[in-house]
Amino acid sequence: MEAYFDNAATTAVYPQVKDLVVKLMEEDYGNPSSLHMKGVDAENYIKKAKNQIAKVLKCQEKEIVFTSGGTESNNMAIIGSALAHRRKGKHIITSTIEHASVLATMEFLEKEGYEISYVNVDEEGKVNLNELKSLLREDTILVSIMYVNNEIGSIQPIKEISDIIKSYNESIIFHVDAIQAFGKLSFSPKKLGVDLMSVSGHKIHGPKGSGFLFIKEKTLIRPIIYGGGQQQAMRSGTENVPAIAGLGLATELIYDKHDERVSYITYLRDSFVSKVLEFDNVFSNTKAAPHIASISFVGIRSEVMLHALEDRGIYVSSGSACSSNKPHISGVLTSIGLDKDRLESTLRFSFCESNTMEQVEYAISVIGELLPMLRRYTRKK
Amino acid sequence: MDYKMFLIKYAEIGTKGKNRYYFEETMCKRMRAKLKSLGDFEVRREYGRIFVEAFSDYDFDDVVEALSTIFGIVGICPVKVVSDTSYESISKAVVEYIDETYKDKDFTFKVNARRNDKSYPKSSMELNCDLGADLLSAFPEMKVDVHNPDVLINAEIRNVFYVYSKTIPGPGGLPVGTNGKGMALLSGGIDSPVAAYMIAKRGVEIEAVYFHAPPYTSERAKQKVIDLGKLVSKYAGQIKLHIVNFTDVQLAIYDNCPHDELTIIMKRVMYKMAQEIALKEECQCIITGESIGQVSSQTSQSLMVIDQAADKLPVFRPCIGMDKQEIIDISEKINTYETSILPYEDCCTTFVAKHPVTRPKLEVIEKSEENLKGKIEELYKIAMETIEVVYCR
Repeated sequence: MEAYFDNAATTAVYPQVKDLVVKLMEEDYGNPSSLHMKGVDAENYIKKAKNQIAKVLKCQEKEIVFTSGGTESNNMAIIGSALAHRRKGKHIITSTIEHASVLATMEFLEKEGYEISYVNVDEEGKVNLNELKSLLREDTILVSIMYVNNEIGSIQPIKEISDIIKSYNESIIFHVDAIQAFGKLSFSPKKLGVDLMSVSGHKIHGPKGSGFLFIKEKTLIRPIIYGGGQQQAMRSGTENVPAIAGLGLATELIYDKHDERVSYITYLRDSFVSKVLEFDNVFSNTKAAPHIASISFVGIRSEVMLHALEDRGIYVSSGSACSSNKPHISGVLTSIGLDKDRLESTLRFSFCESNTMEQVEYAISVIGELLPMLRRYTRKK
Repeated sequence: MDYKMFLIKYAEIGTKGKNRYYFEETMCKRMRAKLKSLGDFEVRREYGRIFVEAFSDYDFDDVVEALSTIFGIVGICPVKVVSDTSYESISKAVVEYIDETYKDKDFTFKVNARRNDKSYPKSSMELNCDLGADLLSAFPEMKVDVHNPDVLINAEIRNVFYVYSKTIPGPGGLPVGTNGKGMALLSGGIDSPVAAYMIAKRGVEIEAVYFHAPPYTSERAKQKVIDLGKLVSKYAGQIKLHIVNFTDVQLAIYDNCPHDELTIIMKRVMYKMAQEIALKEECQCIITGESIGQVSSQTSQSLMVIDQAADKLPVFRPCIGMDKQEIIDISEKINTYETSILPYEDCCTTFVAKHPVTRPKLEVIEKSEENLKGKIEELYKIAMETIEVVYCR
């Protein structure tokens, strides 16, 4: 049996999305900037995708800028804000548990003369609001906080954070990395008080290389990619029309009967967690997001467990897949205060709607077989 | 400039007496194989020298790079060729050649002319003088120095005229395939690909063995070794890589032997397996990347104990006296460093004890290995029967 439990890393594309992408590659391959009919057709696909997304987010179509994915959206939001407001100040706040595409961008800005403050999280993986309050300054121009953490699934109180920021200073830009939240939670950036919001397509059964940045009307950021002036000059470069259309369709599909989908995923996740916790010396660091389970198999290095599971057709992550090629102790798990035994033995199981209860049961039985076997052989101290 | 031809210089082959033909031909074969995809070339041996002549357009840098990976070559000289051998024509060719080859003409030179057609109107000495004079009048900044010139300009009249002065250094060594075959132990680290490269450089064909221990080592670790094999094969030619699934043997050692001796005993078993594969593949030696004192299993005492495990073949350790940095320098030169440092665990480090023995005694280790009797033979046999073979090229 095969069980793909790495859906926070990436997901299989919906078949309808695949068909649409293929159609756009084979038939409707026009450049949206072309004046002829093929160009107009292509442009209409982009309009449709914007419409599909705007409906879900309850925002305006012009507030959507398509990008190559989550990393670019985060870069655009952070660098774009920093460049546009550097005369006002050079202070930026983020959290210690952000994704690398935020943290590395912050490091880049630090080298460029910006000052970055990192707000800590509690053992639940939630931003310490009092600390956040105390970090706000007159020269703060941007706060960037992720919605759902990719390793443990903690959900940040985005509305409360926005209220804190905006009551301190209305003009501070609030960016939210919603890459693990989109498709799992229902929300509207406006209601949450968010100015910029990053989304990636391939986490919601859309194509890789697709994503967007929501930019609230009248929010001033500078583009980071220059050229032919596409997308109101916010993001130059010929639009990736198949990916954009695929992202639009995936958004529409995943938010159709959304509550049912989410409660099914939650059910799978909760069943898995409660069953896996029946084994000795297994701990859960799982938080609120419906699709992520973070499990520590104390006594077994996470990579060993990962490859042993892989051998039986079960695919999971150690840390987050995006950084798994650089083995290091996870910053997120350290931030929530896990001890060393749990840090080096934690795996992430992430679920999606096409997973089944049989797969969950299969994984549990495989884990039951592997635990005693792998625990017999450990690095002796 | 368009060079129609390259003169290939080689050193050591020239000393091989009657075997010289065999060495040269082996090298030519490797050159032909390497150049095949880069254009239409003829590789020929002529007057005790090797020439590569181009009959199609080609990319100069690609060709030089390809030739630079062939052991036996010590120098690659791009040659300008003109078919009209009249003096006016060759003088013009030499002046053009110098003009295009050297931007800055402030150097000393000497012309070294040769002719094999003794009826040519000018003698070699006259050619030296006249071509030198023509160069001086064309480029007054140049100066003659017949004893210690910066640039030696070789001008040769045969059925056509050649001029060359620059030598791009080759890798040296001996053509691969002229010195038997060796079995290299590849771990995925920095040292073992360098060791394989160094032995290949002496003309030895390379096969390799890798010990894979899933789930303790990942598919990516295995892929990394395959990638390293490919990088070394650029120099060594195709490498047949034998991948042994070592997990069960390793766990049996873990279960039955003292933990601090684990690495030593494991390496002894690896040597035995490598030797067995090597003999089956008709190799004459085992090649490892060990360097004295680098880690606990590479102390003199450890190496002695491990070495005893290979009782039928010599173990060549070209890195034995090198410092880590010296090994790294070579790995950077042969482009394996970046791949070697990818952080995937190899099976030697999986269960490594916190304080492994550094001064093992053969009798003690052999006594510990007694515990494996009756427990490891079947697993050893299965491991040897389930070897996966990958050709790195």
